[in-house]
Amino acid sequence: MATVEGAAAGRKVAPGDDYLTHTHGFLSWALTLDHKRIGIMYLVSILAAFLLGGVAALLVRTELIAPGPTIMGPDAYNKMFTLHGAAMVFLFIIPGIPAALGNFVLPLMLGAKDVAFPRLNLTSYWLWVIGALCAVGAVVAGGVDTGWTFYTPYSTTTNTNVIATTMGAFILGFSSIFTGLNFIVTIHKLRPVGMTWFKMPLMLWALYGTAAIQVLATPVLGITLLLLIAERALGVGIFDPALGGDPVLYQHFFWFYSHPAVYIMILPAMGVISEVIAVHSRKHIFGYRFIALSSIAIAAFGFLVWGHHMFTSGQSGMANAIFSALTFSVAIPSAIKVFNWLATLYKGNIQLNGAMLYGLMFLVTFTIGGLTGLHLGALAIDVHLHDTYFVVAHFHYVMFGGAVVAFMAGLHHWWPKMTGRMYDERLARIGAALVFVGFNATFFTQFVMGSHGMPRRYYDYTPGFAIYHQISTIASYVMAAGFFLTAYYLLHSLFRGRRAPMNPWGGNSLEWHTPSPPPHDNFAETPVAEDPYDYTRLKRDPATGGYLSTSYEGAR
Amino acid sequence: MHAWLAIDSGPGFWLPSQSSTTAPAVDGVFYAVTWISAFFFVLITAALLYFVWRFRARPGHEAAPSPSHHTPLEVTWTVIPLFIVVWIFWEGFTVFVDVATPPASSYEVQLTAQKWNWLFTYPTGYTDTDLHVPPGEPIRVVGTAVDVIHSFFVPEFRVKRDIVPGRYDEAWFRADAPGRYQIYCAEYCGKDHSAMKALVIVHPSRADYEKWLADASDFIAKLPPERLAEGGEKLFSQRGCKQCHSIDGSPGTGPSFKGIWGHEQPLQGGGVAQVDENYVRQSIVDPHSQIVAGYQAVMPSFQGRLKDREITALIEYIKTLQ
Repeated sequence: MATVEGAAAGRKVAPGDDYLTHTHGFLSWALTLDHKRIGIMYLVSILAAFLLGGVAALLVRTELIAPGPTIMGPDAYNKMFTLHGAAMVFLFIIPGIPAALGNFVLPLMLGAKDVAFPRLNLTSYWLWVIGALCAVGAVVAGGVDTGWTFYTPYSTTTNTNVIATTMGAFILGFSSIFTGLNFIVTIHKLRPVGMTWFKMPLMLWALYGTAAIQVLATPVLGITLLLLIAERALGVGIFDPALGGDPVLYQHFFWFYSHPAVYIMILPAMGVISEVIAVHSRKHIFGYRFIALSSIAIAAFGFLVWGHHMFTSGQSGMANAIFSALTFSVAIPSAIKVFNWLATLYKGNIQLNGAMLYGLMFLVTFTIGGLTGLHLGALAIDVHLHDTYFVVAHFHYVMFGGAVVAFMAGLHHWWPKMTGRMYDERLARIGAALVFVGFNATFFTQFVMGSHGMPRRYYDYTPGFAIYHQISTIASYVMAAGFFLTAYYLLHSLFRGRRAPMNPWGGNSLEWHTPSPPPHDNFAETPVAEDPYDYTRLKRDPATGGYLSTSYEGAR
Repeated sequence: MHAWLAIDSGPGFWLPSQSSTTAPAVDGVFYAVTWISAFFFVLITAALLYFVWRFRARPGHEAAPSPSHHTPLEVTWTVIPLFIVVWIFWEGFTVFVDVATPPASSYEVQLTAQKWNWLFTYPTGYTDTDLHVPPGEPIRVVGTAVDVIHSFFVPEFRVKRDIVPGRYDEAWFRADAPGRYQIYCAEYCGKDHSAMKALVIVHPSRADYEKWLADASDFIAKLPPERLAEGGEKLFSQRGCKQCHSIDGSPGTGPSFKGIWGHEQPLQGGGVAQVDENYVRQSIVDPHSQIVAGYQAVMPSFQGRLKDREITALIEYIKTLQ
């Protein structure tokens, strides 16, 4: 069996016995405590949400291909962009990297058997399912038209299914908190011998920062959504000006969570990129400490900038100035990371495979997302650009060009580890190229129309904007083609793919020191951690197509 | 005015025409940040492409040792961006102070935002759906919303301000060139959010503006009684009635006006009401007191927002819709 090739001598791993084949039947998955299976269940679930949000996006883009009504009416359009935003943010991107990829690799990177609280982990997954059913059920039962931000008083007065949707988001929040809590404890308590904080893979630093935000910020979202429900159902008057409430207070509450939530989405993405760039350049990561500490800095600064969503809301000039100044502080750790990743490429041996192409794509698209954040952080310019397509484009360059592209990099990077199969690299390169071209043409166009004054969330527009919308819509189909191609070759690999060796890319973090796919207990014996970015002692083994660790086996 | 970066330009690849006196200063910051961004983007992308080409995996090529950290280098690329962003913050902030602070001598127009139109009330008390202004004077728009949050956005002026229910929000601009400029609603407000548009009409001169205002203000007052329905028709479209009430019998948020005059309407909670002068008046000043069966109580009160003669004009107009 290929699954044991390269395993250290003396390990008792029965041929063919891996986490996928260890037990059988529906319940062995539904009630599993194995972090790897929970990670896979999360992966399948969030990809279904990605498909749902993606189809909604394509319908929105299709409606906008020409001015005036094309395929749906204004109410359907408003529900469609709400569905797109809510599904992508709450169901896909927030749990995407931490709960799906993170769940799978975090204990493996620690050389641990599982996360600290496996039952909490399973609870987190099923809460996600319940929350998702709640939210999707609200859509099936007629939809919701508030946008994913649920601004009052619109959300307290519209007659669509706001309560069911926010209830779904509330439950999803618990799921997110449980994952975060679990990761914090796991990283504190289950690090192996030899792995001090500054010897952890950077993915773990990123997941740690993410988990801290999840635990500290998500409760505020929960309270906010409960208040919104109370406002709608009971008319308590916290946000309703007719009852003495303040609608802008809702925005403060909402963004106090939802701005840190942007870092819940981008921090783990940065963790993935640190792994992917280093491994596929065959180079030690450059500036480890600066990258690690910048993750923590981003997590901390992320709590202090929520007011930059409200520069035009009428908050005081003093508040605007403070939030603007603090917003720029986030630019520094982000810039540090980009420069350090670039320096990692220097004198490397760069493998241009699917995972690395997405990693390099991230450096380009995330840089554009970050730099256009400078426009929006500057007060005078934000007044003009706020709530236009410029913001839509900036947001998608960070969330898609950052988080989703990094998710794709991580998915390709760990796919052989998760499934035990190799995918078709040629198709992966074509898919990455389609996504890159389609994405940039879709969203760069939106910067231009936004700075010309095209407001966001518009069902109709003046004919002067038609050319931008047409380019954007057609390019979105190119991007979709890239994703369908990706779905094809990944699914194909499950059945026809070459069996993956233990260490196909030559990584040195601990997940690459156990078979692909890993056995139920992850490691036959507790591994000893070494520098995760030292690739000098890994030698390519032509027999398996993978890498063999000379030092690791020597240590046995 | 802190505007040393200010750039005077026509509409370009990035921005629309500059039609307010503050636009050049805003655009100066925009272009400065854009050029800084372009510089760093080209730097990063060029380094990326060069490294990928130079150090690509190929037969005989291997990774070569190089330092895994270099503190002076890393401090450098931490400190340089820090100075740059502090400078961008300062430019953005100082220009914002100018853009956000109306001059004391500003000419004032009241704004009421509602789903889905804008109502501008002039010093004479006249209300219009477009914003007429004299040229070359600072104009202060003081707004409030009656239902949900809207946002007053004029791209060519680089002006935007959320108009929030329960408070007053202000925006100001000075436009020197006569012309017509688009007002958008920039805060999502429901079904016809994208149709919530109006114009800023900058008159050729102060005198021209005042003549327009005098004529428009007297329009209903000067109408002979037999033509009052024309005034009602104008109010019907200007004051937002038509957003919810059709005149062709088609269903809307509220009952259609077609053919209701003189007939009985079934009311929520039982009973009927005869549609006569008192019923219409009552429905306008206290709409929730008599909701027609099958509709929701969502209409705002127009108590104090319509004069008696205007209500009479609306009644005359409804009478014509048989």
